[in-house]
Amino acid sequence: MLKLSWHAISGHLILILGAIFMTAPVWVAFMSSTHSAETLFREGLQAWPGGHFFENYNEVLFVEGGVMKRVTASMMLWNSLLLGIGFAIGKVVISTLAAYAIVYFRFRLAAPLFWIIFMTLLLPLEVRIIPSYEVVAGMGLLDTHTGLILPLIASATGTFYFRQFYKSVPEELLEAARLDGANAWQFFIDILVPISKTMIAAILIIMFVVGWNQYLWPLIMTTNEDNYTLVIGIKQIYQVLSEGGELPQFQKAYALTILATLPPVLVVLVFQSWFVKGLVESEK
Amino acid sequence: MKRVQFSHSPIPYLFIAPQIIIICIFFLWPAAQAIYQSFLLEDAFGLSSQFVWFKNYKDTILTDAWLQSAGFTLVFSFLVTFLSLALAMLLAVKANEVIQGARTYKTMLMWAYAIAPPVAGLMGNLMFNPLIGDLYYFLNAMGWDFNHKLDSFDAGFVVVLIAVWKQVSVNFIFFLSGLQGIPKSVIEAATIDCKSNLRRFWTMTFPLLAPTTFFLVVINITYAFFETFGIIDTTTGGAPGGSTSTLVYKVFTDGFRGNDLGGSSAQSVVLMLMVLALTVIQFRFIERKVHY
Repeated sequence: MLKLSWHAISGHLILILGAIFMTAPVWVAFMSSTHSAETLFREGLQAWPGGHFFENYNEVLFVEGGVMKRVTASMMLWNSLLLGIGFAIGKVVISTLAAYAIVYFRFRLAAPLFWIIFMTLLLPLEVRIIPSYEVVAGMGLLDTHTGLILPLIASATGTFYFRQFYKSVPEELLEAARLDGANAWQFFIDILVPISKTMIAAILIIMFVVGWNQYLWPLIMTTNEDNYTLVIGIKQIYQVLSEGGELPQFQKAYALTILATLPPVLVVLVFQSWFVKGLVESEK
Repeated sequence: MKRVQFSHSPIPYLFIAPQIIIICIFFLWPAAQAIYQSFLLEDAFGLSSQFVWFKNYKDTILTDAWLQSAGFTLVFSFLVTFLSLALAMLLAVKANEVIQGARTYKTMLMWAYAIAPPVAGLMGNLMFNPLIGDLYYFLNAMGWDFNHKLDSFDAGFVVVLIAVWKQVSVNFIFFLSGLQGIPKSVIEAATIDCKSNLRRFWTMTFPLLAPTTFFLVVINITYAFFETFGIIDTTTGGAPGGSTSTLVYKVFTDGFRGNDLGGSSAQSVVLMLMVLALTVIQFRFIERKVHY
Protein backbone atom coordinates (compact mmCIF):
# COMPACT_ATOMS: atom_id res chain seq x y z
CA MET A 1 0.00 0.00 0.00
CA LEU A 2 1.10 3.50 -0.68
CA LYS A 3 1.97 5.45 2.39
CA LEU A 4 0.82 8.96 1.74
CA SER A 5 2.17 11.53 4.12
CA TRP A 6 0.66 14.94 4.66
CA HIS A 7 3.68 16.38 2.92
CA ALA A 8 3.11 14.29 -0.22
CA ILE A 9 -0.59 15.14 -0.33
CA SER A 10 0.04 18.86 0.01
CA GLY A 11 2.67 18.57 -2.72
CA HIS A 12 0.18 17.01 -5.11
CA LEU A 13 -2.41 19.59 -4.16
CA ILE A 14 -0.05 22.48 -4.96
CA LEU A 15 0.94 20.88 -8.26
CA ILE A 16 -2.67 20.26 -9.25
CA LEU A 17 -3.61 23.85 -8.47
CA GLY A 18 -0.57 25.03 -10.42
CA ALA A 19 -1.45 22.83 -13.38
CA ILE A 20 -5.02 24.15 -13.35
CA PHE A 21 -3.77 27.74 -13.16
CA MET A 22 -1.52 27.18 -16.16
CA THR A 23 -3.99 25.25 -18.34
CA ALA A 24 -7.46 26.52 -17.45
CA PRO A 25 -7.32 29.75 -19.49
CA VAL A 26 -6.39 27.85 -22.64
CA TRP A 27 -8.94 25.12 -21.92
CA VAL A 28 -11.69 27.70 -21.52
CA ALA A 29 -10.54 29.44 -24.71
CA PHE A 30 -10.63 26.16 -26.61
CA MET A 31 -14.04 25.13 -25.28
CA SER A 32 -15.50 28.58 -25.89
CA SER A 33 -14.31 28.42 -29.49
CA THR A 34 -16.69 25.52 -30.09
CA HIS A 35 -19.84 27.44 -29.17
CA SER A 36 -21.99 29.90 -31.07
CA ALA A 37 -21.78 33.66 -30.64
CA GLU A 38 -25.26 33.65 -29.06
CA THR A 39 -24.33 31.09 -26.40
CA LEU A 40 -21.21 33.01 -25.44
CA PHE A 41 -23.08 36.28 -25.36
CA ARG A 42 -25.91 34.91 -23.23
CA GLU A 43 -24.09 32.49 -20.94
CA GLY A 44 -20.51 33.71 -20.87
CA LEU A 45 -17.41 31.55 -21.17
CA GLN A 46 -17.83 27.83 -21.62
CA ALA A 47 -15.97 25.05 -19.86
CA TRP A 48 -17.32 22.15 -21.97
CA PRO A 49 -17.44 21.47 -25.71
CA GLY A 50 -20.25 22.83 -27.82
CA GLY A 51 -21.55 21.86 -31.22
CA HIS A 52 -20.03 24.56 -33.41
CA PHE A 53 -16.44 23.33 -33.67
CA PHE A 54 -16.38 22.66 -37.40
CA GLU A 55 -18.53 25.62 -38.27
CA ASN A 56 -16.39 28.11 -36.33
CA TYR A 57 -13.01 26.84 -37.40
CA ASN A 58 -14.09 26.44 -40.99
CA GLU A 59 -15.32 30.01 -41.08
CA VAL A 60 -12.14 31.36 -39.49
CA LEU A 61 -9.76 29.26 -41.54
CA PHE A 62 -11.27 29.32 -45.01
CA VAL A 63 -14.04 31.87 -45.44
CA GLU A 64 -13.13 35.32 -46.71
CA GLY A 65 -14.47 37.94 -44.36
CA GLY A 66 -14.66 35.31 -41.64
CA VAL A 67 -12.16 37.12 -39.46
CA MET A 68 -11.00 40.05 -41.53
CA LYS A 69 -11.99 41.62 -44.79
CA ARG A 70 -9.90 39.47 -47.06
CA VAL A 71 -7.31 37.42 -45.29
CA THR A 72 -8.25 34.04 -43.81
CA ALA A 73 -6.65 32.31 -40.86
CA SER A 74 -5.14 29.67 -43.13
CA MET A 75 -3.20 32.41 -44.91
CA MET A 76 -2.11 33.83 -41.58
CA LEU A 77 -1.08 30.33 -40.52
CA TRP A 78 1.07 30.09 -43.61
CA ASN A 79 2.68 33.47 -42.88
CA SER A 80 3.34 32.44 -39.29
CA LEU A 81 4.95 29.20 -40.44
CA LEU A 82 7.16 31.10 -42.88
CA LEU A 83 8.21 33.50 -40.15
CA GLY A 84 8.87 30.76 -37.59
CA ILE A 85 10.75 28.46 -39.94
CA GLY A 86 12.57 31.25 -41.79
CA PHE A 87 13.66 32.84 -38.54
CA ALA A 88 14.83 29.53 -37.06
CA ILE A 89 16.77 28.42 -40.12
CA GLY A 90 18.23 31.86 -40.80
CA LYS A 91 19.39 32.17 -37.25
CA VAL A 92 20.97 28.71 -37.15
CA VAL A 93 22.75 29.16 -40.48
CA ILE A 94 24.34 32.53 -39.78
CA SER A 95 25.20 31.70 -36.19
CA THR A 96 26.82 28.31 -36.86
CA LEU A 97 28.95 29.94 -39.59
CA ALA A 98 29.93 32.92 -37.44
CA ALA A 99 30.69 30.77 -34.42
CA TYR A 100 32.84 28.52 -36.60
CA ALA A 101 34.88 31.51 -37.78
CA ILE A 102 35.30 32.79 -34.23
CA VAL A 103 36.37 29.49 -32.68
CA TYR A 104 38.43 27.87 -35.43
CA PHE A 105 40.24 30.73 -37.13
CA ARG A 106 42.83 33.29 -36.19
CA PHE A 107 42.29 36.46 -38.18
CA ARG A 108 43.14 40.09 -37.75
CA LEU A 109 39.66 41.50 -37.16
CA ALA A 110 38.56 38.64 -34.92
CA ALA A 111 38.45 40.68 -31.72
CA PRO A 112 36.53 43.73 -32.98
CA LEU A 113 34.08 41.57 -34.93
CA PHE A 114 33.48 39.46 -31.86
CA TRP A 115 32.66 42.58 -29.88
CA ILE A 116 30.27 43.81 -32.56
CA ILE A 117 28.41 40.50 -32.35
CA PHE A 118 28.49 40.63 -28.58
CA MET A 119 26.94 44.11 -28.55
CA THR A 120 23.76 42.84 -30.18
CA LEU A 121 23.01 40.87 -27.04
CA LEU A 122 22.70 44.12 -25.13
CA LEU A 123 20.00 45.85 -27.10
CA PRO A 124 16.72 44.17 -27.95
CA LEU A 125 14.94 45.18 -31.13
CA GLU A 126 12.32 47.01 -29.10
CA VAL A 127 14.60 49.91 -28.18
CA ARG A 128 15.67 50.62 -31.75
CA ILE A 129 12.35 49.82 -33.31
CA ILE A 130 11.65 53.10 -35.08
CA PRO A 131 15.04 53.55 -36.80
CA SER A 132 14.89 49.85 -37.74
CA TYR A 133 11.56 50.51 -39.37
CA GLU A 134 13.04 53.42 -41.29
CA VAL A 135 15.98 51.33 -42.49
CA VAL A 136 13.73 48.55 -43.72
CA ALA A 137 11.37 51.07 -45.31
CA GLY A 138 14.32 52.76 -47.03
CA MET A 139 15.36 49.44 -48.55
CA GLY A 140 11.83 48.91 -49.84
CA LEU A 141 11.44 45.79 -47.74
CA LEU A 142 8.24 46.69 -45.88
CA ASP A 143 5.61 43.97 -46.23
CA THR A 144 8.15 41.40 -47.40
CA HIS A 145 9.30 38.24 -45.67
CA THR A 146 12.94 39.30 -46.04
CA GLY A 147 12.31 42.58 -44.29
CA LEU A 148 10.38 40.76 -41.61
CA ILE A 149 12.98 38.12 -40.83
CA LEU A 150 16.41 39.74 -41.34
CA PRO A 151 16.23 42.39 -38.59
CA LEU A 152 15.03 39.74 -36.17
CA ILE A 153 18.02 37.48 -36.73
CA ALA A 154 20.49 40.31 -36.12
CA SER A 155 20.77 39.41 -32.46
CA ALA A 156 23.53 36.96 -31.67
CA THR A 157 22.13 34.58 -29.05
CA GLY A 158 22.62 31.62 -31.36
CA THR A 159 26.22 32.54 -32.14
CA PHE A 160 27.17 32.43 -28.49
CA TYR A 161 25.46 29.14 -28.00
CA PHE A 162 27.33 27.47 -30.87
CA ARG A 163 30.58 29.15 -29.87
CA GLN A 164 30.24 27.53 -26.46
CA PHE A 165 29.54 24.16 -28.02
CA TYR A 166 32.39 24.28 -30.56
CA LYS A 167 34.81 25.12 -27.79
CA SER A 168 33.89 21.83 -26.12
CA VAL A 169 34.61 19.83 -29.28
CA PRO A 170 37.90 17.87 -28.86
CA GLU A 171 40.81 19.42 -30.74
CA GLU A 172 41.92 16.01 -32.02
CA LEU A 173 39.00 16.08 -34.43
CA LEU A 174 40.45 19.00 -36.35
CA GLU A 175 43.95 17.53 -36.28
CA ALA A 176 42.65 14.24 -37.64
CA ALA A 177 40.57 15.97 -40.29
CA ARG A 178 43.53 18.01 -41.46
CA LEU A 179 45.75 14.93 -41.65
CA ASP A 180 43.12 13.46 -43.90
CA GLY A 181 43.34 16.56 -46.06
CA ALA A 182 40.03 18.20 -45.24
CA ASN A 183 39.74 21.90 -45.99
CA ALA A 184 37.91 24.43 -43.83
CA TRP A 185 34.57 23.98 -45.52
CA GLN A 186 34.75 20.18 -45.52
CA PHE A 187 35.60 20.11 -41.81
CA PHE A 188 32.62 22.31 -41.08
CA ILE A 189 30.06 20.53 -43.20
CA ASP A 190 31.25 16.92 -42.81
CA ILE A 191 32.32 16.88 -39.18
CA LEU A 192 31.19 19.88 -37.16
CA VAL A 193 27.60 20.06 -38.40
CA PRO A 194 26.93 16.31 -37.97
CA ILE A 195 28.25 16.24 -34.40
CA SER A 196 26.17 19.28 -33.43
CA LYS A 197 22.94 17.79 -34.81
CA THR A 198 21.07 17.61 -31.50
CA MET A 199 22.22 21.13 -30.59
CA ILE A 200 21.01 22.43 -33.93
CA ALA A 201 17.66 20.67 -33.46
CA ALA A 202 17.21 22.13 -29.99
CA ILE A 203 18.00 25.65 -31.20
CA LEU A 204 15.70 25.24 -34.20
CA ILE A 205 12.82 24.35 -31.89
CA ILE A 206 13.38 27.29 -29.56
CA MET A 207 13.83 29.71 -32.43
CA PHE A 208 10.74 28.45 -34.22
CA VAL A 209 8.67 29.25 -31.15
CA VAL A 210 10.37 32.63 -30.71
CA GLY A 211 9.87 33.49 -34.37
CA TRP A 212 6.25 32.36 -34.44
CA ASN A 213 5.49 34.46 -31.38
CA GLN A 214 7.00 37.71 -32.70
CA TYR A 215 4.60 40.58 -32.24
CA LEU A 216 5.89 44.16 -32.19
CA TRP A 217 8.10 43.95 -35.28
CA PRO A 218 5.56 42.25 -37.57
CA LEU A 219 2.93 44.59 -36.20
CA ILE A 220 4.67 47.76 -37.34
CA MET A 221 6.13 46.51 -40.58
CA THR A 222 3.22 44.64 -42.14
CA THR A 223 0.51 46.93 -43.41
CA ASN A 224 -0.86 44.65 -46.09
CA GLU A 225 -3.44 42.22 -44.70
CA ASP A 226 -2.02 39.44 -46.87
CA ASN A 227 1.14 39.41 -44.75
CA TYR A 228 -0.48 39.16 -41.33
CA THR A 229 0.71 36.38 -39.08
CA LEU A 230 -1.71 34.71 -36.66
CA VAL A 231 -0.28 36.62 -33.73
CA ILE A 232 -0.93 39.90 -35.56
CA GLY A 233 -4.38 38.67 -36.53
CA ILE A 234 -5.06 38.34 -32.81
CA LYS A 235 -4.55 42.06 -32.42
CA GLN A 236 -6.76 42.86 -35.38
CA ILE A 237 -9.66 40.68 -34.30
CA TYR A 238 -9.44 42.22 -30.89
CA GLN A 239 -9.92 45.63 -32.42
CA VAL A 240 -12.88 44.36 -34.41
CA LEU A 241 -14.36 42.99 -31.19
CA SER A 242 -13.97 46.18 -29.25
CA GLU A 243 -15.47 48.24 -32.05
CA GLY A 244 -18.75 46.49 -31.41
CA GLY A 245 -21.29 45.76 -34.08
CA GLU A 246 -24.25 43.43 -33.97
CA LEU A 247 -23.18 40.44 -31.90
CA PRO A 248 -19.56 40.25 -30.76
CA GLN A 249 -17.93 37.27 -32.46
CA PHE A 250 -16.09 35.98 -29.41
CA GLN A 251 -16.05 32.41 -30.69
CA LYS A 252 -13.94 33.54 -33.66
CA ALA A 253 -11.50 35.36 -31.43
CA TYR A 254 -11.12 32.18 -29.42
CA ALA A 255 -10.73 30.00 -32.50
CA LEU A 256 -7.99 32.33 -33.73
CA THR A 257 -6.34 32.23 -30.31
CA ILE A 258 -6.27 28.44 -30.38
CA LEU A 259 -4.90 28.39 -33.92
CA ALA A 260 -2.14 30.80 -32.94
CA THR A 261 -1.31 28.68 -29.91
CA LEU A 262 -1.47 25.19 -31.33
CA PRO A 263 1.61 24.89 -33.61
CA PRO A 264 4.23 26.21 -31.14
CA VAL A 265 2.63 24.23 -28.31
CA LEU A 266 2.71 21.05 -30.40
CA VAL A 267 6.36 21.62 -31.26
CA VAL A 268 7.20 22.11 -27.59
CA LEU A 269 5.21 19.07 -26.46
CA VAL A 270 6.49 16.70 -29.13
CA PHE A 271 10.15 17.73 -28.74
CA GLN A 272 9.93 18.41 -25.03
CA SER A 273 13.33 17.09 -24.00
CA TRP A 274 15.15 18.82 -26.87
CA PHE A 275 13.27 21.99 -26.20
CA VAL A 276 14.19 22.03 -22.50
CA LYS A 277 17.80 21.29 -23.37
CA GLY A 278 17.90 24.03 -25.98
CA LEU A 279 16.31 26.57 -23.68
CA VAL A 280 18.46 25.87 -20.64
CA GLU A 281 21.68 25.66 -22.65
CA SER A 282 21.13 28.64 -24.94
CA GLU A 283 20.23 31.09 -22.19
CA LYS A 284 23.28 30.35 -20.09
CA MET B 1 40.20 30.05 -28.86
CA LYS B 2 41.33 26.67 -30.08
CA ARG B 3 45.02 25.83 -30.04
CA VAL B 4 44.66 24.07 -33.35
CA GLN B 5 43.34 26.46 -35.94
CA PHE B 6 43.28 27.12 -39.60
CA SER B 7 45.96 29.56 -40.73
CA HIS B 8 45.54 33.06 -42.19
CA SER B 9 43.25 33.28 -45.14
CA PRO B 10 40.19 35.19 -46.26
CA ILE B 11 38.04 32.16 -45.41
CA PRO B 12 37.00 33.19 -41.86
CA TYR B 13 35.73 36.51 -43.20
CA LEU B 14 33.43 34.63 -45.54
CA PHE B 15 32.03 32.61 -42.67
CA ILE B 16 31.45 35.54 -40.39
CA ALA B 17 30.30 37.93 -43.13
CA PRO B 18 26.56 37.07 -43.19
CA GLN B 19 26.17 37.79 -39.50
CA ILE B 20 28.28 40.96 -39.56
CA ILE B 21 26.46 42.37 -42.60
CA ILE B 22 23.06 41.78 -41.02
CA ILE B 23 24.22 43.31 -37.76
CA CYS B 24 25.61 46.40 -39.49
CA ILE B 25 22.49 47.06 -41.54
CA PHE B 26 19.80 46.10 -39.06
CA PHE B 27 21.47 46.71 -35.74
CA LEU B 28 24.38 49.16 -35.68
CA TRP B 29 22.91 51.58 -38.19
CA PRO B 30 19.45 51.80 -36.53
CA ALA B 31 21.00 52.05 -33.07
CA ALA B 32 23.23 54.89 -34.25
CA GLN B 33 20.20 56.52 -35.86
CA ALA B 34 18.30 56.34 -32.60
CA ILE B 35 21.12 58.11 -30.79
CA TYR B 36 21.47 60.72 -33.54
CA GLN B 37 17.74 61.42 -33.75
CA SER B 38 17.52 61.83 -30.01
CA PHE B 39 19.48 65.09 -30.46
CA LEU B 40 17.31 66.38 -33.30
CA LEU B 41 14.14 68.40 -33.29
CA GLU B 42 11.85 68.09 -36.30
CA ASP B 43 9.39 70.75 -37.32
CA ALA B 44 5.70 69.97 -37.39
CA PHE B 45 5.77 68.72 -40.99
CA GLY B 46 8.96 66.69 -40.72
CA LEU B 47 10.57 68.83 -43.39
CA SER B 48 13.57 70.13 -41.54
CA SER B 49 15.31 69.26 -38.36
CA GLN B 50 17.77 70.98 -36.15
CA PHE B 51 20.36 69.84 -33.67
CA VAL B 52 19.15 70.63 -30.17
CA TRP B 53 21.54 68.76 -27.86
CA PHE B 54 19.72 67.39 -24.85
CA LYS B 55 16.46 69.26 -25.32
CA ASN B 56 14.56 66.10 -26.28
CA TYR B 57 15.82 64.37 -23.19
CA LYS B 58 14.81 67.28 -21.00
CA ASP B 59 11.39 67.54 -22.66
CA THR B 60 10.49 63.85 -22.51
CA ILE B 61 12.32 62.34 -19.58
CA LEU B 62 11.52 65.07 -17.12
CA THR B 63 7.80 64.96 -17.76
CA ASP B 64 5.14 63.58 -15.45
CA ALA B 65 4.07 61.12 -18.13
CA TRP B 66 7.55 59.60 -18.42
CA LEU B 67 8.11 59.51 -14.69
CA GLN B 68 4.72 57.87 -14.22
CA SER B 69 5.60 55.30 -16.85
CA ALA B 70 9.01 54.71 -15.26
CA GLY B 71 7.35 54.28 -11.87
CA PHE B 72 4.85 51.81 -13.26
CA THR B 73 7.61 49.90 -15.07
CA LEU B 74 9.57 49.54 -11.83
CA VAL B 75 6.62 48.35 -9.76
CA PHE B 76 5.42 46.13 -12.59
CA SER B 77 8.86 44.56 -13.13
CA PHE B 78 9.30 43.95 -9.44
CA LEU B 79 5.88 42.32 -9.04
CA VAL B 80 6.16 40.20 -12.16
CA THR B 81 9.69 39.07 -11.31
CA PHE B 82 8.97 38.32 -7.67
CA LEU B 83 5.60 36.63 -8.12
CA SER B 84 6.51 34.50 -11.11
CA LEU B 85 9.80 33.42 -9.53
CA ALA B 86 8.18 32.56 -6.21
CA LEU B 87 5.36 30.61 -7.85
CA ALA B 88 7.71 28.80 -10.23
CA MET B 89 10.13 27.91 -7.45
CA LEU B 90 7.36 26.46 -5.30
CA LEU B 91 6.03 24.40 -8.21
CA ALA B 92 9.49 23.25 -9.28
CA VAL B 93 10.42 22.10 -5.78
CA LYS B 94 7.17 20.15 -5.51
CA ALA B 95 7.42 18.71 -9.02
CA ASN B 96 10.96 17.58 -8.24
CA GLU B 97 9.75 15.77 -5.10
CA VAL B 98 6.71 13.86 -6.32
CA ILE B 99 7.05 10.45 -7.85
CA GLN B 100 3.59 9.69 -9.20
CA GLY B 101 2.54 11.79 -12.15
CA ALA B 102 5.76 13.81 -12.20
CA ARG B 103 5.97 13.84 -16.00
CA THR B 104 2.38 14.98 -16.42
CA TYR B 105 2.80 17.77 -13.91
CA LYS B 106 6.00 18.95 -15.56
CA THR B 107 4.45 18.97 -19.02
CA MET B 108 1.38 20.84 -17.85
CA LEU B 109 3.47 23.43 -16.06
CA MET B 110 5.94 24.13 -18.85
CA TRP B 111 3.90 24.04 -22.04
CA ALA B 112 2.58 27.59 -21.68
CA TYR B 113 6.10 28.70 -22.66
CA ALA B 114 5.00 28.30 -26.26
CA ILE B 115 2.16 30.81 -26.00
CA ALA B 116 2.89 34.27 -27.38
CA PRO B 117 2.49 37.18 -24.92
CA PRO B 118 -0.16 38.92 -27.05
CA VAL B 119 -2.12 35.67 -27.28
CA ALA B 120 -1.97 35.32 -23.50
CA GLY B 121 -3.03 38.97 -23.34
CA LEU B 122 -6.07 38.42 -25.51
CA MET B 123 -7.14 35.36 -23.52
CA GLY B 124 -6.81 37.28 -20.28
CA ASN B 125 -8.54 40.28 -21.76
CA LEU B 126 -11.58 38.22 -22.71
CA MET B 127 -11.68 36.69 -19.22
CA PHE B 128 -12.03 40.19 -17.83
CA ASN B 129 -14.40 41.32 -20.56
CA PRO B 130 -17.53 42.87 -19.01
CA LEU B 131 -19.72 41.07 -21.57
CA ILE B 132 -18.57 37.48 -21.16
CA GLY B 133 -15.63 37.43 -18.75
CA ASP B 134 -16.15 35.07 -15.85
CA LEU B 135 -13.38 36.63 -13.81
CA TYR B 136 -14.99 40.02 -14.22
CA TYR B 137 -18.27 38.70 -12.78
CA PHE B 138 -16.47 36.73 -10.11
CA LEU B 139 -14.47 39.69 -8.80
CA ASN B 140 -17.52 41.91 -8.80
CA ALA B 141 -19.57 39.24 -7.05
CA MET B 142 -16.84 39.03 -4.44
CA GLY B 143 -17.49 42.66 -3.63
CA TRP B 144 -14.58 44.14 -5.54
CA ASP B 145 -15.92 46.99 -7.63
CA PHE B 146 -13.75 45.80 -10.50
CA ASN B 147 -13.34 47.85 -13.66
CA HIS B 148 -9.99 47.73 -15.43
CA LYS B 149 -11.11 50.20 -18.07
CA LEU B 150 -11.44 53.00 -15.53
CA ASP B 151 -9.48 52.06 -12.45
CA SER B 152 -5.71 52.10 -12.82
CA PHE B 153 -5.14 49.69 -9.93
CA ASP B 154 -7.50 47.15 -11.48
CA ALA B 155 -5.83 47.59 -14.87
CA GLY B 156 -2.44 47.04 -13.26
CA PHE B 157 -3.80 43.92 -11.58
CA VAL B 158 -4.90 42.46 -14.92
CA VAL B 159 -1.58 43.19 -16.61
CA VAL B 160 0.49 41.79 -13.75
CA LEU B 161 -1.63 38.64 -13.51
CA ILE B 162 -1.28 37.85 -17.21
CA ALA B 163 2.43 38.70 -17.28
CA VAL B 164 3.07 36.41 -14.30
CA TRP B 165 1.01 33.62 -15.84
CA LYS B 166 3.03 33.83 -19.05
CA GLN B 167 6.40 33.81 -17.27
CA VAL B 168 5.89 31.00 -14.72
CA SER B 169 6.70 28.23 -17.21
CA VAL B 170 10.11 29.60 -18.23
CA ASN B 171 11.14 30.03 -14.61
CA PHE B 172 9.78 26.60 -13.79
CA ILE B 173 11.94 24.97 -16.49
CA PHE B 174 15.09 26.66 -15.23
CA PHE B 175 14.40 25.96 -11.57
CA LEU B 176 13.66 22.33 -12.32
CA SER B 177 16.90 21.92 -14.24
CA GLY B 178 18.69 23.66 -11.36
CA LEU B 179 17.11 21.29 -8.84
CA GLN B 180 18.02 18.26 -10.90
CA GLY B 181 21.61 19.46 -10.84
CA ILE B 182 21.81 19.14 -7.05
CA PRO B 183 23.78 15.95 -6.29
CA LYS B 184 21.83 13.08 -4.71
CA SER B 185 24.43 12.73 -1.95
CA VAL B 186 23.85 16.32 -0.81
CA ILE B 187 20.11 15.75 -0.65
CA GLU B 188 20.51 12.53 1.30
CA ALA B 189 22.92 14.08 3.78
CA ALA B 190 20.53 16.98 4.31
CA THR B 191 17.59 14.63 4.80
CA ILE B 192 19.47 12.78 7.54
CA ASP B 193 20.61 15.99 9.25
CA CYS B 194 17.35 17.84 9.09
CA LYS B 195 13.88 16.40 9.40
CA SER B 196 11.92 19.58 8.72
CA ASN B 197 11.10 20.00 5.05
CA LEU B 198 10.71 23.74 5.34
CA ARG B 199 14.06 24.23 7.07
CA ARG B 200 15.76 21.97 4.57
CA PHE B 201 14.38 24.14 1.80
CA TRP B 202 15.74 27.37 3.27
CA THR B 203 19.11 26.00 4.38
CA MET B 204 19.94 23.71 1.45
CA THR B 205 17.73 23.99 -1.63
CA PHE B 206 17.32 27.75 -1.71
CA PRO B 207 21.05 28.58 -1.42
CA LEU B 208 21.90 25.95 -4.03
CA LEU B 209 19.34 27.52 -6.38
CA ALA B 210 20.80 31.00 -5.85
CA PRO B 211 22.83 31.05 -9.09
CA THR B 212 19.75 30.04 -11.08
CA THR B 213 17.66 32.61 -9.24
CA PHE B 214 20.10 35.46 -9.90
CA PHE B 215 20.23 34.59 -13.55
CA LEU B 216 16.44 34.36 -13.74
CA VAL B 217 16.01 37.74 -12.05
CA VAL B 218 17.85 39.36 -14.95
CA ILE B 219 15.87 37.35 -17.50
CA ASN B 220 12.60 38.27 -15.79
CA ILE B 221 13.38 41.97 -15.59
CA THR B 222 14.25 41.96 -19.29
CA TYR B 223 10.98 40.15 -19.94
CA ALA B 224 8.96 42.61 -17.87
CA PHE B 225 10.61 45.54 -19.67
CA PHE B 226 10.36 44.35 -23.26
CA GLU B 227 8.38 41.21 -23.93
CA THR B 228 5.30 42.29 -22.01
CA PHE B 229 4.66 44.76 -24.82
CA GLY B 230 2.30 42.27 -26.45
CA ILE B 231 0.38 41.74 -23.23
CA ILE B 232 -0.12 45.44 -22.59
CA ASP B 233 -1.03 46.13 -26.19
CA THR B 234 -3.79 43.50 -26.18
CA THR B 235 -5.22 44.23 -22.73
CA THR B 236 -5.14 47.81 -21.52
CA GLY B 237 -3.22 49.58 -24.29
CA GLY B 238 -1.63 51.64 -21.52
CA ALA B 239 -5.02 52.86 -20.32
CA PRO B 240 -6.45 54.30 -18.17
CA GLY B 241 -4.50 57.50 -18.72
CA GLY B 242 -1.15 55.86 -19.41
CA SER B 243 -1.13 54.28 -15.96
CA THR B 244 -0.25 50.82 -17.31
CA SER B 245 2.17 51.99 -20.00
CA THR B 246 5.66 50.57 -19.60
CA LEU B 247 8.64 52.53 -20.92
CA VAL B 248 8.84 50.40 -24.07
CA TYR B 249 5.14 50.85 -24.70
CA LYS B 250 5.60 54.59 -24.35
CA VAL B 251 8.47 54.60 -26.88
CA PHE B 252 6.10 52.90 -29.29
CA THR B 253 3.08 55.14 -28.66
CA ASP B 254 5.08 58.37 -28.72
CA GLY B 255 7.02 57.38 -31.82
CA PHE B 256 4.31 55.81 -33.94
CA ARG B 257 1.07 57.28 -32.75
CA GLY B 258 2.41 60.61 -31.49
CA ASN B 259 4.97 61.01 -34.29
CA ASP B 260 7.44 62.52 -31.82
CA LEU B 261 10.58 61.04 -33.33
CA GLY B 262 13.13 62.94 -31.29
CA GLY B 263 11.38 62.34 -27.99
CA SER B 264 10.82 58.69 -28.75
CA SER B 265 14.49 58.27 -29.70
CA ALA B 266 15.61 59.96 -26.51
CA GLN B 267 13.49 57.48 -24.56
CA SER B 268 15.02 54.63 -26.56
CA VAL B 269 18.50 55.78 -25.65
CA VAL B 270 17.60 55.97 -21.96
CA LEU B 271 16.22 52.43 -22.23
CA MET B 272 19.42 51.28 -23.92
CA LEU B 273 21.40 52.64 -20.98
CA MET B 274 19.13 50.80 -18.56
CA VAL B 275 19.59 47.50 -20.39
CA LEU B 276 23.32 48.13 -20.51
CA ALA B 277 23.40 48.56 -16.74
CA LEU B 278 21.40 45.37 -16.32
CA THR B 279 23.83 43.47 -18.55
CA VAL B 280 26.84 44.71 -16.60
CA ILE B 281 25.23 43.36 -13.45
CA GLN B 282 24.49 40.09 -15.20
CA PHE B 283 28.06 39.62 -16.39
CA ARG B 284 29.58 40.42 -13.05
CA PHE B 285 27.34 37.72 -11.70
CA ILE B 286 28.32 35.22 -14.42
CA GLU B 287 31.99 35.84 -13.63
CA ARG B 288 31.23 34.97 -10.04
CA LYS B 289 29.43 31.83 -11.09
CA VAL B 290 32.52 30.62 -12.93
CA HIS B 291 34.57 30.80 -9.76
CA TYR B 292 31.78 29.30 -7.75
